[in-house]
Amino acid sequence: MEAIVLQILNGLDKGSAYALIALGLTLIFGTLGVVNFAHGALFMIGAFCAVTLSRILTLSHTIIDDTQKDFLGNPLKVEVPYVHDLFGQTTGDAIIDWAVPLSILFAMPIMILIGIVMERGLIRHFYNRPHADQILVTFGLAIVLQEIIKYYFGANPIPTPAPAAFKGSFDFGAMLGFEPNRIIYPYWRIIYFSFAALVVGGVFAFLQFTTFGMVVRAGMADRETVQLLGIDIDRRFTLMFGLAAAVAGLAGVMYTPINAPNYHMGMDFLVLSFVVVVVGGMGSLPGAVLAGFLLGILESFASMREVLNILPGINQIIIYLVAIVILLTRPRGLMGRKGVMED
Amino acid sequence: MLGLKKSDSRLLLLVAGITLLAPFILNPFPEGSELAQFNAGYPDLMQRFVIFGIFAIGFNILFGLTGYLSFGHAAFLGVGSYAAIWMMKLLTMNIIPAIILSVIVAGLFSLLVGWISLRRSGIYFSILTLAFAQMSYSLAYSVLTPITGGETGLQPKGSDPRILDAALVNGTTPKANLFGLQMGSSFDLTLGSWVFTFNTGFYIAAVIMLISFYLAIRIFRSPFGMMLRAVKSNQNRMNYTGLNSKPYTLAAFVISGMYAGLAGGLMVAMDTQAGPERMFWTASGEVVLMTILGGAGTLIGPVLGAGVIKYMENILSKINSDILHGWFAFLPDGLENLIVNVLYPFIGKGWHLTLGILFMLVVIYLPGGLVEGAQRINRLFKSKSQNDSKAKPEPAE
Amino acid sequence: MSKSTFSRRGVLQTGAVAGAGLAVPTIFTASSAAAFTNEPTGGTVTLGFNVPQTGPYADEGADELRAYQLAVEHLNGGGDAGMMNTFSSKALKGNGILGKKIEFVTGDTQTKSDAARASARSMIEKDGAVMITGGSSSGVAVAVQALCQEAGVIFMAGLTHSNDTTGKDKKANGFRHFFNSYMSGAALAPILASNYGKDRKAYHLTADYNWGYTTEEAVRTSTEAMGWETVAAVKTPLTQTDFSSYIAPVLQSDADVLVLNHYGGNMVNSLTNAVQFGLRDKLVNNKNFEIVVPLYSRLMAKGAGANVKGIFGSTNWHWSLTDEGSKAFVKSFGTKYGFPPSQAAHTCYVQTLLYADAVERAGSFNPCAVAEALEGYSFDGLGNGPTLYRAEDHQCFKDVLVVKGKENPTSEFDLLEIVEVTPAAQVTYDASIFGGELGSCNSGA
Repeated sequence: MEAIVLQILNGLDKGSAYALIALGLTLIFGTLGVVNFAHGALFMIGAFCAVTLSRILTLSHTIIDDTQKDFLGNPLKVEVPYVHDLFGQTTGDAIIDWAVPLSILFAMPIMILIGIVMERGLIRHFYNRPHADQILVTFGLAIVLQEIIKYYFGANPIPTPAPAAFKGSFDFGAMLGFEPNRIIYPYWRIIYFSFAALVVGGVFAFLQFTTFGMVVRAGMADRETVQLLGIDIDRRFTLMFGLAAAVAGLAGVMYTPINAPNYHMGMDFLVLSFVVVVVGGMGSLPGAVLAGFLLGILESFASMREVLNILPGINQIIIYLVAIVILLTRPRGLMGRKGVMED
Repeated sequence: MLGLKKSDSRLLLLVAGITLLAPFILNPFPEGSELAQFNAGYPDLMQRFVIFGIFAIGFNILFGLTGYLSFGHAAFLGVGSYAAIWMMKLLTMNIIPAIILSVIVAGLFSLLVGWISLRRSGIYFSILTLAFAQMSYSLAYSVLTPITGGETGLQPKGSDPRILDAALVNGTTPKANLFGLQMGSSFDLTLGSWVFTFNTGFYIAAVIMLISFYLAIRIFRSPFGMMLRAVKSNQNRMNYTGLNSKPYTLAAFVISGMYAGLAGGLMVAMDTQAGPERMFWTASGEVVLMTILGGAGTLIGPVLGAGVIKYMENILSKINSDILHGWFAFLPDGLENLIVNVLYPFIGKGWHLTLGILFMLVVIYLPGGLVEGAQRINRLFKSKSQNDSKAKPEPAE
Repeated sequence: MSKSTFSRRGVLQTGAVAGAGLAVPTIFTASSAAAFTNEPTGGTVTLGFNVPQTGPYADEGADELRAYQLAVEHLNGGGDAGMMNTFSSKALKGNGILGKKIEFVTGDTQTKSDAARASARSMIEKDGAVMITGGSSSGVAVAVQALCQEAGVIFMAGLTHSNDTTGKDKKANGFRHFFNSYMSGAALAPILASNYGKDRKAYHLTADYNWGYTTEEAVRTSTEAMGWETVAAVKTPLTQTDFSSYIAPVLQSDADVLVLNHYGGNMVNSLTNAVQFGLRDKLVNNKNFEIVVPLYSRLMAKGAGANVKGIFGSTNWHWSLTDEGSKAFVKSFGTKYGFPPSQAAHTCYVQTLLYADAVERAGSFNPCAVAEALEGYSFDGLGNGPTLYRAEDHQCFKDVLVVKGKENPTSEFDLLEIVEVTPAAQVTYDASIFGGELGSCNSGA
């Protein structure tokens, strides 16, 4: 029982990342009809926004400390961050400590800008091209973006810890009346899940309750009619692309304390998130979110020791197996619309 | 010739000519010169050119004709490789049983995958094939280690049974051969300061590629090929006329799977090693890139695309900063460093970046791939010297 | 015209420079002059450095390449000669190898067996390399080693830690200086027992591929011999990035030690996740919960950041060693590049020196002569103390370092501290326990 509760927690947490990326992919596909293989790269760039901000905050000047020696026996150069000079040591350290949450503010405008530039500069030329061309050009873009990041940040993962206040874990089981110390969960993962829920809720509310969202939804359903009404749907769709990029980017920012970011983290997520989108049904926002959580939970259950003892290797293939079964029994995924991506 | 139209015969002859003269064409620069870096006429790369050519030709039969985009074709190549290496371990180092079995096994596997995946179309089909390939990769890497050798893969060893072969001389390594003719054997021809290498394995692979290419032309021009094109242009309309398209697409899928298996078998024949990472999804992506880069749906395009990508992977990636400094050493130091710093991100370890940029450029400006580029250049020249010839434009294939 | 199994470009390059004119085509028969693959006949000799330049191990590969360039510089008589001064053999004179200036070619293994073999073959067939070295994973090492055996050149393995490389997949033309899983287990177990007690329950998470299997096996056997109990061993997919669903159940299993048989990105992520789950703050069976990482590397420790503090592991070499050889190497590497070398850089530098020395002592580049010179060779002064290249399996036997994540690092390189130098005798095993056959050396003739 405890094991099951724990794996559901894990699944929700893993599912949040899948759901956020899949949500952005579906937004782009649903509005613009473009299959965006560079979406994983946007997730990765978001994560590197956090790395960049923490680098900016720790920009330092060196002072030479004669009392200590470096590895060659020369006097040690000590790096002193400028924020220490500006705000004093304690405040300065606190600011550096909070780099990841601060990056949300930093990443938002950057990601929206990147999204808009991408749509205006590249994607818009591909609306009427075959999906294969869209996949290929965005795949090429993903390679380029990832190589640029690698050029500047190297191939090794870069540790980007959460603020000290959120380190450690919390005894979830004791709260629910289980034995203490059996179901513990890291604070930051709970924050990640809540954050994902907030973003998903925010996007749905935005589409559901604002005029802008209503027009976009109308455009998703029937683009031409909306245009005939004299509404500039293209501009709104461009903004939606920026929004989708921001969702992916924020998912990346918040993910950095969970796993140290590296340049290929986007590709690692790309294939899985495509499976998620397809299982959810192309073009369906609730489908994407639902499938994200569903696959996250299933993956967690498949990695339990008890399951692996019966079916060795099931943890390696569960997601693909589920995808095959769902696609064969439900032709358009869980909540897909008819006629989308079938020709 | 051989039941082909005149233009097709010309194309086949052209490809045959280029392939058979490849040792000359690929080694245009004299040994020892700075430009020798760009020579590609050594056995390994020449073999890879034709093997990946076969893989891409096969993929094009499915994607180019029916429009079904498979993201899991590397799995068939991988399965073919494993079949071939097991033949070499159990039966004989002669490549013929290995290649035959690799085609059969890949054909059967693609029949299974195709039969299931072709129930869906569009991106759903792509994801299904991707799922099968990723499952094959993951299992081959881990739980199937007793059969696949896992991460380290399989190589022939002295201790393998090899029931048809005579016992090896003590301690020597088994080598792939065709009735005693070793795949690795070559002879070098030196003309002045040029060196040309003629390799047995390459010529065997090249002949097999020419046969595959010929078969592909026949398929493209046959009524069956016409039917596949109909699937691409409008499957619904085809179904309304009472034709069931499934057997045709399944046949195309299995044929292209067998081509992939053949390529996998040849890879093992030329370089006796099989490992799981040839089935990873990026390997499947690579053949898609080759086909589209060269020109999907055209006969020669996929071969061209395979050549360009393998050339970049093997030649561009080997240029390091020392070599760059060597090239520009004649310039003043400041300028030399500047040029090296500008170029360095794009070559050597940065070759992925160049690859990515190249794809974007090709897809944006040349949707028909390199073949379209060649046609445009061709047309440019024709329009300059036009009228007197009134040559009708080349068909797209 | 005669047939040769691999082309002999080395001969041709120099033969061609002599330059028969274009007008008079001469047909050159390669093997009349050469006695083995790529015999260097001119004033230079070409070595092939095959390292990962793209993919997740690119940084490690870059460090290997720096070490190779340094080694070539030293062997050719440049720089401060580094470990050549402290090396017990004095055969190297700083004039290249056998008086031939060393040139090198580089290639990208992409950490894939196929790409690594393609790159190695191009070095042998196109560039005329007489020795191939490098790599950062065991799959690649085994694949390239088999290729070199077939082609008739020497393979000096880079970073490869699986028992298989000199165990079941060993080859007569291949040599490994780096240590292996068995040695990690044998060196770690006593230290773990003395620090954490003999009554411990271990939970293993193991990367689901060959290296993971051999490492788990080695650590399990040696800790069980000390009295530990293995509660569970769970295999994790290589492509896994989030290990939460593997780590969360650990606390429910009654285990009080977690062993992470992971390397590279897997290790960074699993360790980060384990620390996140607060495992190390827990008391289980009235003992502090502990984490162990059998194979450490400084680059990976850097990726895991503060999470490595206080965690035990083993390593082949570390720059903070104070013997003369290590100091000389750290000094020349640090002066040239501005930071201390990694263990991957060290093993690659040493392998290059050992190869050059063996050629000098053998008086020939012939792989069979070189192999003979390396087999059973004892040396010292290369940073690991007295070392033996065992003839039976071409594995080096030397001291193994047990290290611990440092609590108060003074710089971004100062992440590990040496806890114990386990003497070679304690990690030596019988050559036959892993099976495999060495075969006989192949010179390509």
